[in-house]
Amino acid sequence: YLPHWNWNCLTTDSQSEKSAVWIMALSRLSSRSNIISRPLSAAFRRSISTDTTPITIETSLPFTAHLCDPPSRSVESSTQELLSFFRTMALMRRMEIAADSLYKAKLIRGFCHLYDGQEAVAIGMEAAITKKDAIITAYRDHCIFLGRGGSLYEVFAELMGRQDGCSRGKGGSMHFYKKDSSFYGGHGIVGAQVPLGCGIAFAQKYSKEEAVTFAMYGDGAANQGQLFEALNISALWDLPSILVCENNHYGMGTAEWRAAKSPSYYKRGDYVPGLKVDGMDAFAVKQACKFAKEHALKNGPIILEMDTYRYHGHSMSDPGSTYRTRDEISGVRQERDPIERIKKLVLSHDLATEKELKDMEKEIRKEVDDAIAKAKDCPMPEPSELFTNVYVKGFGTESFGADRKEVKAALP
Amino acid sequence: MASLLGRFCRKLVVPGSAHGSRMISTTACDSEAVKSLNLYSAINQALHIALETDPRSYVFGEDVGFGGVFRCTTGLAERFGKNRVFNTPLCEQGIVGFGIGLAAMGNRAVVEIQFADYIYPAFDQIVNEAAKFRYRSGNQFNCGGLTIRAPYGAVGHGGHYHSQSPEAFFCHVPGIKVVIPRSPREAKGLLLSSIRDPNPVVFFEPKWLYRQAVEEVPEHDYMIPLSQAEVIREGNDITLVGWGAQLTVMEQACLDAEKEGISCELIDLKTLLPWDKETVEASVKKTGRLLISHEAPVTGGFGAEISATILERCFLKLEAPVSRVCGLDTPFPLVFEPFYMPTKNKASSSSSLSSPLKKKHYLIMGLHVWCRYWMQSSPLLITSHSICFFR
Repeated sequence: YLPHWNWNCLTTDSQSEKSAVWIMALSRLSSRSNIISRPLSAAFRRSISTDTTPITIETSLPFTAHLCDPPSRSVESSTQELLSFFRTMALMRRMEIAADSLYKAKLIRGFCHLYDGQEAVAIGMEAAITKKDAIITAYRDHCIFLGRGGSLYEVFAELMGRQDGCSRGKGGSMHFYKKDSSFYGGHGIVGAQVPLGCGIAFAQKYSKEEAVTFAMYGDGAANQGQLFEALNISALWDLPSILVCENNHYGMGTAEWRAAKSPSYYKRGDYVPGLKVDGMDAFAVKQACKFAKEHALKNGPIILEMDTYRYHGHSMSDPGSTYRTRDEISGVRQERDPIERIKKLVLSHDLATEKELKDMEKEIRKEVDDAIAKAKDCPMPEPSELFTNVYVKGFGTESFGADRKEVKAALP
Repeated sequence: MASLLGRFCRKLVVPGSAHGSRMISTTACDSEAVKSLNLYSAINQALHIALETDPRSYVFGEDVGFGGVFRCTTGLAERFGKNRVFNTPLCEQGIVGFGIGLAAMGNRAVVEIQFADYIYPAFDQIVNEAAKFRYRSGNQFNCGGLTIRAPYGAVGHGGHYHSQSPEAFFCHVPGIKVVIPRSPREAKGLLLSSIRDPNPVVFFEPKWLYRQAVEEVPEHDYMIPLSQAEVIREGNDITLVGWGAQLTVMEQACLDAEKEGISCELIDLKTLLPWDKETVEASVKKTGRLLISHEAPVTGGFGAEISATILERCFLKLEAPVSRVCGLDTPFPLVFEPFYMPTKNKASSSSSLSSPLKKKHYLIMGLHVWCRYWMQSSPLLITSHSICFFR
């Protein structure tokens, strides 16, 4: 059985854009060899734009809706947004690849679940919401943390268990949190974050903040009972909760068709409306999240299913190729890669040259390497931190040493 | 650091492997064909035998079809078919409930929970359904064919949700059995006994030992009786009780103590519920001191139950308070794991083991205890300070 891919990554309607794409393709082919053969239009290309002229972009696919009217395929954006999408996604990709090498160098220990391939979901969501809207997700949280305003240094320090990490080194890869941007983290137990997310939405409704909560989970977690409990309660009480299913088609090693009777996760809410979105298209994600936010504030919960894909295995201990073919992975990388799509859009809208984008990528690489070097120098947390924050300080609990009578212990 | 390295880098010589554990062979076998196997291969062999001998047995859980995350179920789906060995969706509560129902119809359901840390959604099903089924139906129905297997315990880098030891929660539930093997040979025999036991069993496998522990495992079908503890090392000065991976740490502590002239008796409990009180009692009556060690946090851990029971039974024979060298009362930490774990150094320096009494002091000690007991006529807390005074 092979998943049925039938999307083209670039299906634009306008004829001029198509010809522009062909010119780009030709120029890319020829640029390596001979400068003279480059088409003339390239000579008049402007440098990286810094203006905010609005652009309208069509999503690659229409939305599929359940119990609601789908939003339009035309997404309002701007040149600045388009460039920032490219930059942030490239940063996220680079960060995840760097985490891969750090794990193999045994600087990151424990479990590391990488998000490369799924960056469009994080980016599109951020573009549609404010920092008051809460996001809560499962353990694949590095890029969402970055999108919420986390710094690379905090990410790498936490991954390596150092004290300057976002959770002070006590959480690790699966437990990134950022209170000031309403990022309620990183959860290890599958599906446990969804009732929590609905609870946060409940609090938001009470405080009348006009904010929503995005409770993210995967296609594996979609079969957990607590999800349906959370959905029922959210619908009953009209909570502004948006359940986002990041469907990367594999629950660790189990393909979705083997775990779920109904792979239409957006329909699983039954009485709760749903929307299926191409999760590799950052603009589709942005449009869907904007639509969902308006819907949730008025009408209560809605489910978004993001059709996405992860290139790495489930975690660093999983090679990722025992349950799917390498052809499938490289096929998706060629046809649906989110960064490539944005790159093509940037080039076709003439916002930057190929070289400038490459320079940007080099800058990003350097930024990531600098952050890693700085994080490596950060010390580990103090041993006394082992006992802190079990309860609120001073509430009369002690942590006993080895023998309950003596705290002396010869530590390795 | 040595203990840390020793824990994670060496291939282990399994404790007590020199003494043969008592086994019940179910097939007559003159020459014991043995093979050097690690823990996951031994468990794999046990599952193969279980499915072969009973056509109404099934193995299911998350990702077991391709062999499981620890390779315990390799080859089963190919050999016995997808109808008997199959993957389930990601829903522990559903998986265990499903297993209970299957077992209630007279089948043997071997359920795999991927990590013991994930067993909590299924906790309600285990405690409220599996444990009480026979009792509340007046023996009309039972789910004895249910066996739940879960890898438990620290592995060096597991963090909060891949290292927990939840055995204490299950030991509080009459109606189920809790079994923990210490080595590949034990695991195969105990797993076969658990699967064939007519009661629901929760079988915790020490994940640290999956690759690290290698032992000669007989290839035939054999079972090791449940609820029988084993003395894997004889001694006279102190009794050490443990289970699972912790026994390797305790054996190191024993070897260290031997160098100082303390002879230690090491007991593997094997079955935690119902546990073999007689063996531990006999041993403590001989030595007079008890040290219990487990990875789970000390407060409310199973060591507390052992301590209380032994105190009741052997009060006058005890020469020091029962010592518990266990994990700390914090969530299982990430980078602090070496500090949290009950290492052999912690065991060696615990008051029971580090203050060996000479024989002449035993009488004075007994007298002291007896007098204070009569004077106060209430359960007595013997402090280590008083022992030091009399030493």
